[in-house]
Amino acid sequence: MRKNFTRQSFDITARIETMRFDGTVLFENLELFIPKNTWTCLLGLSGVGKSTLLKLFAGLATGDAITEFECSDGTALAGRVAYMGQQDLLLPWLSVIDNVLLGDRLRTSHEPIRLGNAYELIDRVGLRAYAAELPVKLSGGMRQRAALVRTLMEDKPVVVMDEPFSALDAITRLKLQDMAADLLTNRTVFLVTHDPLEALRLGGHIILMSGRPAQLEPIAELSGATPRDATDQLVLEQHAKILNRMQAELS
Amino acid sequence: MTVLRPLLIAAGLIVIWQSIIVITGVQFFILPSPARVASALVDRHDVIAVHALITLSEILLGLLLGSILGTASALIMGYFRSVRQWLMPVLVISQAVPVFALAPILVLWLGYGLGSKVAMATLIIYFPVTAAFYDGLRRTNLGHLELARTMGASRWSILRHIRLPAALPSLASGMRVAAAVAPIGAVVGEWVGSSGGLGYLMLHANGRMQIDVMFAALFVLAVIAIALYFLVDAVMRRLVHWQPETKPSND
Repeated sequence: MRKNFTRQSFDITARIETMRFDGTVLFENLELFIPKNTWTCLLGLSGVGKSTLLKLFAGLATGDAITEFECSDGTALAGRVAYMGQQDLLLPWLSVIDNVLLGDRLRTSHEPIRLGNAYELIDRVGLRAYAAELPVKLSGGMRQRAALVRTLMEDKPVVVMDEPFSALDAITRLKLQDMAADLLTNRTVFLVTHDPLEALRLGGHIILMSGRPAQLEPIAELSGATPRDATDQLVLEQHAKILNRMQAELS
Repeated sequence: MTVLRPLLIAAGLIVIWQSIIVITGVQFFILPSPARVASALVDRHDVIAVHALITLSEILLGLLLGSILGTASALIMGYFRSVRQWLMPVLVISQAVPVFALAPILVLWLGYGLGSKVAMATLIIYFPVTAAFYDGLRRTNLGHLELARTMGASRWSILRHIRLPAALPSLASGMRVAAAVAPIGAVVGEWVGSSGGLGYLMLHANGRMQIDVMFAALFVLAVIAIALYFLVDAVMRRLVHWQPETKPSND
């Protein structure tokens, strides 16, 4: 079994002194606070650097960066983050169950492969019948569900997600958001999205990223149970407000 | 139709062959008729079989050795950056010098037996296998690599579980080329200097004006080459069964 401390939650304060990519300065003196056990959603237009910031959290440096991640429990962040990307990134030669167990296979530790946990989670997202199938047999929504399970199998206190549902149709997206909200309760989630509705349904804190070098601005604080209904009065009001804000950024 | 088609093609070729003889009235010692070649095949089947067996073992050994050396070189180049810088020029040189020009030297060094022909086949196969596989190894999907890194995978584990399987379709292309050119290497080796094999038999028959035997040997060589190609193709298809095939003609 995993040691308990891996699931202890903690706040993260990220300080990015500078981050350059191909000569341009993407970030300068950026500070971001990610409180524990809630969803923090980072909104912004395409190309503003959301994914880059998220990759820094996941330990995937894509350029010259001077960063500092301070965790409230005093331990380093590295190794305590699970990453879910824009694409499902399922390996086409592995069945769904083997894809879900990828982390266990890659870490050639002596811990046993957690087949039981994997099947339990696959059951919860309704993919039991497809466990032995190759990813090509799955629809986009099913593939993203498999990717979600693979992320959960990492069993990390922090989960960072990069527009994981952006390629799905509206209804499938809502379903996946519900599933993710349910499966990721009591974890610290950092979600990057360009969809204000997604941020409002799932987020506790919503932050807007804009400009170059990029600036961060908290634009909404929401409480209460998630996922919120898409037709919820609060969600609708905020949605209109945020859309206006983002449109203003464009002009 | 798929069963019938090769037979129809063969029948068509024989008809064309026979009509050339009828129309031009060419002498049998220049171009023997299909019937003459067939009877040579039957009459001399014991001799042809002995030589065919020699050539077949040269081809198979060359294919085995060449593909083992090729895959190993590609893997080593993919894993050790420093080795790549040393091995790559050698690889290019191995291809820049015409293998045919090396044949007399190989016969001089390795003698008239199997050795020099296996070396020829190996040399001719080595480059396509190495180049194709290495190309595949360095074209791994960046997303897959990033995912593996967030999962704490070692370089070795990434090579084994991600780069290697992802490169198998490329290796399959290389192996198909290898299967097609391996017989060339073996036969050229036999022409330069040998005491057995279909290439030797052809030269021998040519010297004695047994053109029908020469054609019979050529026929057997073609059958071996075609069978080898389809065998390798079938094995490779099985190896990359997860790869969906799209046919350009269906677009």
